Amino acid sequence: MNGLIYLIPIALGLGLLALGAFLWSLKAGQYEDMDGAAERILHDDED
Amino acid sequence: MTDLAVQNSGTIPADSPFGAAEGDYLDHVSALPDGRFSLHLLVEGVHCGGCVRRIETGLAGMPGLDDVRVNLSTRRMSVHWNGQPSRAGDYVRAIQVLGYDVVPFDPGTAIDEHQRRSSELLRALAVAGFAAGNVMLLSVAVWYGHAQGMDEITRDLLHWISALIALPAVAYAGRPFFRSALAAIGGRRINMDVPISLAVLLAAGMSLVQTMQGAQHAYFDSSISLLFFLLIGRYFDHRARGRVRQAAERLLALGRESAVVLTEDGGQLIMAASRIRPGMTLLVAAGARLPADGTVLHGSSTVDASLLTGETMPQTVVTRDPVLAGALNTGAPLTIMATATGDSTVLADIVRLVEASEQKRSRYVALADRLSAIYAPAVHGLAAGAFLGWMVLGGMDWQPALLIAIAVLIVTCPCALGLAVPAVQVVASGRLMQAGVLLKSATALERLAAVDTVVFDKTGTLTEGRPELANGAEINSEDLMLAASIAASSRHPLARAITRAAGLDIVPRQGVHEEPGQGLSLGDVRLGSRVWCGIADQNEDFFLELWLTRDGDKPVRFCFQDRVRQDAMATLAGLRARGLKIEMLSGDREGPAAAVAKELGITTWSARQSPGDKCERLRALQLEGRRVLFVGDGLNDAPALAAADVSLSPSSASDISQNAADAIFQGRLLAPVLLTIDLGRRSRRLVRQNFVLSLVYNVVTVPLAIAGLVTPLIAALAMSSSSLIVVGNALRLAGGKR
Repeated sequence: MNGLIYLIPIALGLGLLALGAFLWSLKAGQYEDMDGAAERILHDDED
Repeated sequence: MTDLAVQNSGTIPADSPFGAAEGDYLDHVSALPDGRFSLHLLVEGVHCGGCVRRIETGLAGMPGLDDVRVNLSTRRMSVHWNGQPSRAGDYVRAIQVLGYDVVPFDPGTAIDEHQRRSSELLRALAVAGFAAGNVMLLSVAVWYGHAQGMDEITRDLLHWISALIALPAVAYAGRPFFRSALAAIGGRRINMDVPISLAVLLAAGMSLVQTMQGAQHAYFDSSISLLFFLLIGRYFDHRARGRVRQAAERLLALGRESAVVLTEDGGQLIMAASRIRPGMTLLVAAGARLPADGTVLHGSSTVDASLLTGETMPQTVVTRDPVLAGALNTGAPLTIMATATGDSTVLADIVRLVEASEQKRSRYVALADRLSAIYAPAVHGLAAGAFLGWMVLGGMDWQPALLIAIAVLIVTCPCALGLAVPAVQVVASGRLMQAGVLLKSATALERLAAVDTVVFDKTGTLTEGRPELANGAEINSEDLMLAASIAASSRHPLARAITRAAGLDIVPRQGVHEEPGQGLSLGDVRLGSRVWCGIADQNEDFFLELWLTRDGDKPVRFCFQDRVRQDAMATLAGLRARGLKIEMLSGDREGPAAAVAKELGITTWSARQSPGDKCERLRALQLEGRRVLFVGDGLNDAPALAAADVSLSPSSASDISQNAADAIFQGRLLAPVLLTIDLGRRSRRLVRQNFVLSLVYNVVTVPLAIAGLVTPLIAALAMSSSSLIVVGNALRLAGGKR
């Protein structure tokens, strides 16, 4: 049972990390042009 | 896109008067705090990644340019640059050179508001999802512990951790519901959000009390996963509406009329049509729409008023003739003096008729709203009844009695109900969008399902709205090529029909003279009206026609006809097969209307219908108890579109009609009408199934809850499974038969 002391915070921490990453990417506008993002991957590198 | 729409928003030819005038892009440039400038544009004709790349690389390297980004989903682009604000014009021209038409666009407050709400919902959804997942994980441990004899300290610890995660999450993710519930209570109403908020808050609050007392059960997981599921439904709903609104705004912005005003010092100014005042001198390029009512000062031309009146034949106008706003100048450039603008034009009269019709149309109450009007009080009553019943009759303490009341609120909470309609709507509107149908109104699908009569406009709806060569087979190709090479220099609809019929490789002749309203001449070759070509033949057959005469050769007659849409026959047959009555109301003369009605086997039709007449007819039908779908495109149809129970417009329709219609379909086929009705009926069926499913679920779980048998485990299972079933049922619309 003592393992819970470490494991629960670790699990929650990882979850929070993912939540934070999602919120950051949302704020950075990564979901604003889903169609465009799908196409841009096919472009050759610029210059 | 059809011809009309292209004329409406086509690129500006270099030799037109627009090319010389300075655009008003400066008005739309905004200065950023970091010293840069930005301009937002709507781009027409961006279809794929290739277009995105062409524009972005085409502009890259222009002086001062800092950043250019095209958004393929919304067809918008933003340009950021340093230096002078006036560089905007250079960038816009560079995009136009690449072959894309752009319209400046101010991300207005409405759109900002929508995006802000959309991202608020998404953030709330993310937080609720995170919290629901983690709390559920802890709850599973507790439930397992009940069976395995977990000690009380561990159980309380897990409850406390759940509380730590769930309480802030509920406070954050529940705001959209709390706000709406407070607003409803403030307005002395009850909406669906009141029981939702109550259940979420009570469950969270009571669980906290239970946790403090070291009790066996806590409902944190129910509280937060309830929010999670409801937020999914809310987000779907919001997105479906948003996409539709965006598309509608886009259409409006692209269709916005601008005018070239001649100033007193001889300069030219591009101005929004709304800023024109009577007495101004306007230049109307060939192919442009007239921005205001007026009289012709110089020039002679033909104008096509088919969108205003339904009349297919263009009208000849010369100096001092009156012209109407909204008509299309198909001949030569005209200079007109504006006599009436804005509110006093014929166009504005039509707009007023539309507004009047919209007010008369009784506001349709969506099925879900009608249901929630019954549902919300019932839920409250049940919960209060359970609480009082257990306390008074059952002699229970207030705490366990309250727990039972909360359990009732939670299991009856409209998770499945909240998803039943939005899930079907999102799938249906996605399906329609693939087929080129844009749903503008959220309740349109429901109203479509009830339709039993379909009324069509003729010009531009049943027909393609432009004349086509009808007797091509009788004309030898040499004559056709000669006529086409002469006709290529005119914008007259009949001349254009000849060039279309002749195909692509026509060499336009130099030195063609156009006599507006009469015809074209090149030396002794004439292509034009019967009188102008001096034809003595008195064959009185009514037909749109042109004659080609040459010295020494027999005159050649070209007949034209506004052809019915390719699949009109099949579509009408499909509608009849579904038991729908069909009618046609046309603003055109009897002759052409009768011809189309006969060709399509329409027995009930009337011609020479004014916009008001069309409304009257629809009202008469509605008084007979019929549910009417009106399909029309012209400005003269706009009031009828607003008066009908539900309405459809082709994408070639006038802006006002598209605004008044509930849905817009693209392409040159009529089949989308059939598809839309079918999908409406199927959606109604699915929505009803979903309601029944959630009702069945309630019938099973409510007695359990009232009996006090619903533990957090049962609540969680019941809630999740009913939501998933409803969403799964809605997804059936995406696949399967058409």
